[in-house]
Amino acid sequence: MQQDEKVPIWSRVPSGVWVLISAACAIALWLAASAQLPAVFAPPQAVWEALISKAESGILLQHVWASLSRVLIGFGLAFVASIPVAFLMAWYDPFRHVVEPWIQFIRNIPPLAYVFLLIAWLGIGQQSKIAVIFIAAFLVMVVTIFQGVKGVDMTLIKAARVLGARQRDIFFKVTIPASTPFILVAARLGLSTSLTTLMASEIVGGDRGIGMMIQQASGYYEMDVVLLGIIMLGVIGICFEKIVRYLERRFTGWQETVQQ
Amino acid sequence: MAGNRAAVKVHVDHVVKKFQTRKGEMTALNGVDLDIHENEFITVVGPSGCGKSTLLNIIGGLEKPTEGRVLVDGQPVAGPGPDRGIVFQQYALFPWLTVEKNVEFGLKLQGKSKEEAAEIAHKYLKMVELEDFAKHYPKELSGGMKQRVAIARAYATNPKVLLMDEPFGALDAQTRTQLQQELLTTWEKEQKTCFFITHDVEEAIILGQRVVIMCARPGRVKDIIDIDIPYPRDQATKMSPRFLELKNEIWSQVYQEYLSVRK
Repeated sequence: MQQDEKVPIWSRVPSGVWVLISAACAIALWLAASAQLPAVFAPPQAVWEALISKAESGILLQHVWASLSRVLIGFGLAFVASIPVAFLMAWYDPFRHVVEPWIQFIRNIPPLAYVFLLIAWLGIGQQSKIAVIFIAAFLVMVVTIFQGVKGVDMTLIKAARVLGARQRDIFFKVTIPASTPFILVAARLGLSTSLTTLMASEIVGGDRGIGMMIQQASGYYEMDVVLLGIIMLGVIGICFEKIVRYLERRFTGWQETVQQ
Repeated sequence: MAGNRAAVKVHVDHVVKKFQTRKGEMTALNGVDLDIHENEFITVVGPSGCGKSTLLNIIGGLEKPTEGRVLVDGQPVAGPGPDRGIVFQQYALFPWLTVEKNVEFGLKLQGKSKEEAAEIAHKYLKMVELEDFAKHYPKELSGGMKQRVAIARAYATNPKVLLMDEPFGALDAQTRTQLQQELLTTWEKEQKTCFFITHDVEEAIILGQRVVIMCARPGRVKDIIDIDIPYPRDQATKMSPRFLELKNEIWSQVYQEYLSVRK
């Protein structure tokens, strides 16, 4: 084996080290930004102090819990609702012809636009906030799952029928497992949509929630708290992503194609 | 050719199949009559578009004939069922199931116990020499291995008739030859009525007791040739004078059909 073939030195750096390098660079940029624009970018230590004080008083946990529960309830309901609707669309053309245009239409409207309609209907409490998240997540998931169910390989269904499968068996033993990868991709997209819609849902009223925390703090120019809220949202997003990725590896490792 | 033949297993009775297309009605099969005998290995050749796959699907019950009917053991075919196993060209293994679970799929639907299904699956995986891959997923197998699993799966439910739709069509020449040999060995060990579609004339002759030649558009039986080469056959058989003679005869008939399609 020839040694002169150049192996770039960075290919030997373990991925954990890269994570540290990346974080260090981010903090360096942050420090530079806060030195330049201290009125906008609170320095890391200020955000850290904000975190400690908010965490000690217990208020942070209340904000996080309020937001997390909204996201999870809205997403959970949307997930449960989107699966049967997607299957009905894939199986019954008349249903699809009626429902699909609605979905495509509403999907392109920013949730911030219809949040006021929901507030007028459901009030400024928990219901309207969950409803916005539900709608946005539902639309994203129903489209993804529908594509998956529609794309189930017909040969597999034929093979199952030939082996003696009845309609029920085909549903539980072919359609469901074949659609699982799409259901998990839908869950991933749905969770991230839920999180982005959270801000829209917390735009008006209420006194708890990360979105609320950011809004109130920005009113008082407490930029350390604003930044803390933004970072919290990012951390929650990454946790969601990791959980779904784990489920994907666990349940759809059999797939031929590379995970997207 | 009659006399010493076993009972008729599959009776294809004047099957006509028409499809509605945007250009109007298309006749895929125009009155196909065919008897397949018990434990017979019958192969079908013909140019693409001659309706050979449609005929297989009709025998398998996946499609309904426009006219005519198919009887298996005297009973009309009403739909697909485990008495007629199909091996597809695209393997059609369930990618989320291990090799072993794929083979057990039909057995469990038949209500076999876990132990019984596992035992039968093991037997047929051994037959195709894949018992070491029982716990693997299809994505970990080569094309040839996948098709051997599909054959084991089709055999496992003990169908009366095995229908094979160009099963080796997607494989490279070497793997194809190997699988032909394995299929012959299997068939001689465990006699089964086989209906095998191919576009490869050599493959049709090396495997079949009779070769059905189909005409193109609309599909009909053009000729049926008895292959009077005794089993066991192997790759050396392909060099024998009788084989080459039959190959010539069948090829020239199929070639005429290719030409007629091109016109």
